Amino acid sequence: MVKGRQLNRLLFTDPETKQKVSDSKEMGFYKKQIRIALRNCGFINPENIEEYIARDGYAALGKALSEMTPEEVIKEIIASGLRGRGGGGFPTGLKWDITRKVQAEQKYVVCNADEGDPGAFMDRSILEGDPHAVLEAMAINGYCTGASKGLIYIRAEYPLAITRLKIAINQAREYGLLGNNIMGTGFDFDVEIRYGAGAFVCGEETSLIHSMEGNRGEPTVKPPFPSESGYKGMPTNVNNVETYANIPVILLEGSAWFSSIGTEKSKGTKVFALAGKVNNVGLIEVPMGITLREVIFEIGGGIKDGKKFKAVQTGGPSGGCLTEKHLDIPIDYDNLLAHGSMMGSGGMIVMDEDDCMVSMAKFYLEFTVEESCGKCAPCRIGNKRLYEMLETISEGKGTEADLTRLRNLAYVIKDTSLCGLGQTSPNPVLSTLENFQDEYNEHVKDKKCRAGQCKSLMQYVITEDLCVGCTLCSRVCPVDAIAGEKKQVHLINQELCIKCGACMDKCKFKAISIQ
Amino acid sequence: MANIKLPAHKVEELKEVCKQFDHQGSELINVLHAAQGLFGYLPAEVQELVANELNLPLAHVYGVVTFYSFFSMTPKGEFPISICMGTACYVRGAEKVLDEFKRLLNVKVGETTPDGKYSVSCLRCVGACGLAPVVTVGEKVYGRVTADDVKGIIAEYNS
Ligand SMILES: Cc1cc2nc3c(=O)[nH]c(=O)nc-3n(C[C@H](O)[C@H](O)[C@H](O)COP(=O)(O)O)c2cc1C
Ligand code: SF4
Ligand code: SF4
Ligand code: FES
Repeated sequence: MVKGRQLNRLLFTDPETKQKVSDSKEMGFYKKQIRIALRNCGFINPENIEEYIARDGYAALGKALSEMTPEEVIKEIIASGLRGRGGGGFPTGLKWDITRKVQAEQKYVVCNADEGDPGAFMDRSILEGDPHAVLEAMAINGYCTGASKGLIYIRAEYPLAITRLKIAINQAREYGLLGNNIMGTGFDFDVEIRYGAGAFVCGEETSLIHSMEGNRGEPTVKPPFPSESGYKGMPTNVNNVETYANIPVILLEGSAWFSSIGTEKSKGTKVFALAGKVNNVGLIEVPMGITLREVIFEIGGGIKDGKKFKAVQTGGPSGGCLTEKHLDIPIDYDNLLAHGSMMGSGGMIVMDEDDCMVSMAKFYLEFTVEESCGKCAPCRIGNKRLYEMLETISEGKGTEADLTRLRNLAYVIKDTSLCGLGQTSPNPVLSTLENFQDEYNEHVKDKKCRAGQCKSLMQYVITEDLCVGCTLCSRVCPVDAIAGEKKQVHLINQELCIKCGACMDKCKFKAISIQ
Repeated sequence: MANIKLPAHKVEELKEVCKQFDHQGSELINVLHAAQGLFGYLPAEVQELVANELNLPLAHVYGVVTFYSFFSMTPKGEFPISICMGTACYVRGAEKVLDEFKRLLNVKVGETTPDGKYSVSCLRCVGACGLAPVVTVGEKVYGRVTADDVKGIIAEYNS
């Protein structure tokens, strides 16, 4: 545990949650969680392989190599019901089996550590806190699929994770757990690191492969799937970090145990990065089938500052907003999809009454517009047009016809884009249109933004009765938009005001409000 | 474009890096990471050098450099300020913080102050969402930043 604390100091997000949970919220925060993928994070020193080994590390690899055939391992993974944690939810065992069955001289095992969803950091935490778990699982995958080379594609923005991985790879080689003739069984497997360079689309598996080959990370049409033809044209098994982190536990504890957790079609746990307007933020690992209400109000400790819950966004830029009426739905891949969102990689952003849903959709779209690789027209041009329409609406210049056009274009982009980025990019727009129709209507008909976020639609005004003429507001105003003599009622010049809100924050008499 | 004279010892170092990667074209991204580490950015001259060393068309190198946002063709300020615009930070008010940096330094996103001291850019989720909104200056991370803190942060580097 001393070592555990040492780690927490380095993982700078952790002390945060630790502090938060050490007060009265402690019970709620931990009670509903089950730690499988995060089992070692915070409990071992990730730079010391012996601590990993002491917690049954590399025992699953040993078991696979000495007691099981590749087919048996794959059968066990299939029976566990594990599905890909990188977003798609494809059955992991099945993917391994496909790669295994393709005949080729060389095959590759790839770990997708690109984690581009803004607001998500579970893969980073696993790599920083438990890098050997990923290496062990990749080696097991190599044994099953017949690959002797592993590649980890990691974002350059994660320097600590990269350092920890390098240390882990070197230590594993020293201990004979990577390299030639692993554990004396004749099995060869080694791992290399490849760096991303800040392109969200490189998380998509075909882009990722092109990027590893030294090219622009543009996706290509599937099929062929990487399992058939991937890195350098060879069969390549791509899995996500968190997917790998589950593998050793499944082999040691058995598929029956793993599949006893979760819902009918989604087994095990999922790590979420809980963020936004909740009291407890941070990484959580919960069983599939838990409800959003439990996550937000019990683990998350409810909404910050006693405000009212409005929506929760899952699945990042590919996902959608869920609302009050979805709070009691069990979270799993299929339920989230059925309600217009998706599991995605695990970002979970909670929003309250101060968040405008049009702005939210615009925020995600801005992201997509910037990250679209530009290869296909619906995504490159269509998303830009969607963004412009949302901009018009948030400036109060939209019409009802715009709402219809918004919806139609969104469906066209979904249906005709080449890769998953374009196919899912309109989801934030569609789900907010569906769930917050009245808020869109207010923007176009009444020219109002009830959350007060759309700057063009709001005005800061001083209430005469409350203003005592203290001059504080006119002194903080960065553009000298406030006029008024000492002890006289002040007035804001709307033409000059840049709507920064500084005056409202400063006024001690609550005389300034948004209209 | 005016030609820049690259420091000779850094050119040698970059050539050494290319050699380590066996002059393989498929190692282009790794080489560019190293080059940016050496020169701070990737001006046309560096791209030409890399293209020659790896035996790739210059257009291919340029294509890759411009595709990835991590690679930059303009020099950064002495103190590069990055404001996280990831979802968690956005929801917790990163935009106001960004506006304040832009206002106080009088630059736009992606620009450097005329004295070369500060540059302002936006980042996507640095993985510290628990501390949102997050600002980084060089390697230093500031959490829970409000618009009021901005002045103080700039002042820390103003000596
Ligand atoms: C635009 C886009 C971005 C993606 N980003 C990631 C990512 O950051 N990490 C990841 O593991 N998978 C990402 N994926 C999913 C991968 O394409 C792939 O399905 C996944 O890595 C497979 O691993 P899994 O089956 O273990 O989930 C992304 C997909 C798309 C379309
Ligand atoms: S959908 Fe977008 S990201 Fe995907 S290939 Fe087309 S342009 Fe590129
Ligand atoms: S909102 Fe900002 S710009 Fe407008 S009056 Fe208040 S302080 Fe001045
Ligand atoms: S969104 Fe800013 S650190 Fe994650």
